[in-house]
Amino acid sequence: MSMKVSTRQVDGVTILDLSGRITLGEGSVTIRDAVRDLLAKGQKKILLNLADISYIDSSGIGELVSAFTTVKNAGGELKLLNLTKKVQDLLQITKLYTVFDVKDDEASAISSFSK
Amino acid sequence: MTIRASTSTLPSLLLSAVDDGHSQISRTALADSTTSRISFTLDSTLDSVNKIEQTAEQYAQRAGFDEDTIPHIAMAVREAAVNAVLHGNAYDVNKHITASFETTSDALVIRITDQGPGLDPSTLPDPLAPENILRGSGRGIFLIRAFMDEVNFRQLHPGTELTLIKHRTPAKSGT
Repeated sequence: MSMKVSTRQVDGVTILDLSGRITLGEGSVTIRDAVRDLLAKGQKKILLNLADISYIDSSGIGELVSAFTTVKNAGGELKLLNLTKKVQDLLQITKLYTVFDVKDDEASAISSFSK
Repeated sequence: MTIRASTSTLPSLLLSAVDDGHSQISRTALADSTTSRISFTLDSTLDSVNKIEQTAEQYAQRAGFDEDTIPHIAMAVREAAVNAVLHGNAYDVNKHITASFETTSDALVIRITDQGPGLDPSTLPDPLAPENILRGSGRGIFLIRAFMDEVNFRQLHPGTELTLIKHRTPAKSGT
């Protein structure tokens, strides 16, 4: 199953609803392009909703990290929402759980972005 | 394409691999019903990575691993296959990867081989080190080691053979 992404705006935050697999190839490129497009439009508050992400491999993890650093270097914020247990476990194993700002409630995630 | 051996009991995935014109498959059904072995040669493509991952999942299921362990085995094997295709063979159409799966009475043993320049695992940076934690790559071997019981590297000339071993629990042996 290839990865799909849809975009919506809530209170100045861009939410990317992702579904499918984030793996080497299409999945990674999709996230990279989406984040670059948002930054080009000046949208720097980005929330990645991973509720429907069924699988992430090491390339996908690397792409999330790259997205995080790209947004941060552009003066923005990128946070993660609704991680499945498998994705949580991967971020724990790789010690990235403390790097990412991970939320499990959309409303509180939105309000956590700087005003 | 040369099929070195095949039987009608091949998993459906592997039958499709035979049909697509890019694979060579050999299968050995040993006298001991708990032991089987299959090996196949594939092109250096992401499609091959997906096939190897799916085969790993099938073998892990047949070996009786639990629902938490099967995805870990499949991911470790996927990471090994990605390394072979991407870092080993660099998607070179003239180079191939081989994958073998062997189920014994006490373990699942998977070997992934590429034809690349070789890999010295001692030179791999620690992805958990603070200076590496935000790197965009370099976690594949780490995850393989995290999810498998034994991981061994063997240098070929050229190429690298990676052997991944997951022990079957005593209660599951003989299934």
